[in-house]
Amino acid sequence: MYILKNAEQLLKYCGSVGIFIKDTVYFMLTRRHNLKIVLKEIVSIGIESFFLVSLISFFVGIIIAFQTASFLKQFSSEIYISSLVGLSLVRELGPVLGSLIVAARSGAAITAGIGAMKISEQVDALEAFAVNPIDYLVVPKFISLLFSMPLLVIYGGCLGIFGGYVVGAAKFSIPFNLYFQMTFESLQYKDIVSGLIKSVCFGSIIALISAFEGFRPQSSADVSKAVQMSVVRSFLLIIICDCILTALFYFILA
Amino acid sequence: MSLIELKNISKSFEQKKVLDRIDLSIEAGEAFLILGRSGAGKTVLLRHLIGLIHPDSGRVLIDGKDLNQLDEQELVQTRLKFGVVFQNSALFDSLTVGENVGFALIQHSALTKAEILPKVHTALEMVGLEGIEELYPYELSGGMRKRVAIARAIIYRPKIIIYDEPTTGIDPISVDKIVHLIQDLHQRLSITTLVVTHDLDVGLKIAQRVAFLLQGKIIFEGNKDDLQNPERITDPRVVQFIQGSSSGPIKEMEV
Repeated sequence: MYILKNAEQLLKYCGSVGIFIKDTVYFMLTRRHNLKIVLKEIVSIGIESFFLVSLISFFVGIIIAFQTASFLKQFSSEIYISSLVGLSLVRELGPVLGSLIVAARSGAAITAGIGAMKISEQVDALEAFAVNPIDYLVVPKFISLLFSMPLLVIYGGCLGIFGGYVVGAAKFSIPFNLYFQMTFESLQYKDIVSGLIKSVCFGSIIALISAFEGFRPQSSADVSKAVQMSVVRSFLLIIICDCILTALFYFILA
Repeated sequence: MSLIELKNISKSFEQKKVLDRIDLSIEAGEAFLILGRSGAGKTVLLRHLIGLIHPDSGRVLIDGKDLNQLDEQELVQTRLKFGVVFQNSALFDSLTVGENVGFALIQHSALTKAEILPKVHTALEMVGLEGIEELYPYELSGGMRKRVAIARAIIYRPKIIIYDEPTTGIDPISVDKIVHLIQDLHQRLSITTLVVTHDLDVGLKIAQRVAFLLQGKIIFEGNKDDLQNPERITDPRVVQFIQGSSSGPIKEMEV
């Protein structure tokens, strides 16, 4: 009985999320959107995450460089740290880490913001003024994440590569030109495109899950739970989606 | 034809019956009071009127049109016949007072910002507030927030204005101001006023007709005079509520 009840709840949740996605896409494609509101969201969701993404990407680049260097030193092939840092950041770590940062920072803020509006009747007030809450609250955030995530990932990737170079230059005296030449030679067009597609998918997951969870609280006690669920579910879905996309790009479509 | 008609409305939440076969009609231009204890289903009833909640059974007719049978565009038009003042004012925190008051016009009219501004000013003036357009809701007192919410609800001249617990959480002087304001707007705008409250004194100052809601059922409906005349009330539960007595047929757990 317990399993059946859980399965029923899971199906209900998936169904509700499905309808929510349909409505969001419908309003995004059929209504005109206020550019000012979308830009405001891009600033608060995307641009304000730049500092955190910069810091984490830079240090991750340094860490990968150290880790790979300690192994490659055995074969006197330290020069290849540039390729490994570049590949791991562009293909995998850039999109995933960037998305996890945005999910924890901006996704949680989206859930808390909408949740606070829900429990203080502001969402009802929107409906009473004949304004659809999904159209007014969710679509601008969705559009802004679709644009912000790839930019953040490109930027994070570049900083991570630079972090790797700092290690390469300081510890192994690799020249600037050689380091970046090796990096770009190892990267294929497909790596960059797959990284960007991943970032768009992860951005959509963050926007949809965090907004959906925001509409669920019924009381102030539910808001903190909703924020927690939003971050946990976004993380899980990002990782699952990453598995599927990686399999798709590097095995099924390879 | 009544402006608002509820026909046999029932609604349950997780097996708890909140509204039980409610029949109610409200005429254009009248001031109507829905009275009841906290948790009696008043707010749920109110939400049915603007289509925020759909009944399990029964029909809600606004101007003769069944809310359940309207398409999206018609529902927008019907909702704009209502101005709603929510219990906690429900001002949009991220918008200034001016943007809050002009919200419906910004969303639903082709007016420019410059054309909306004087209307916002007039609406705020009508509720006795001036020069606060640039402030944010968190900078206002409870009474001021309530008045801004009223200004926001009247700016597009709706046919019906609904006040959900208009005096909850504000000080007695502000309560008196709000009551006078509601009376004044009812007269000046010739608007249909619907007040939902548990505060008998406030309700009776505003309304002409009253419905008493208890445990999801309407147990009394009549004129204000009927409610104020103890000889005309036969139901001991209504008597107990009016007297504000803790002993009687309504027990603490019955909400």
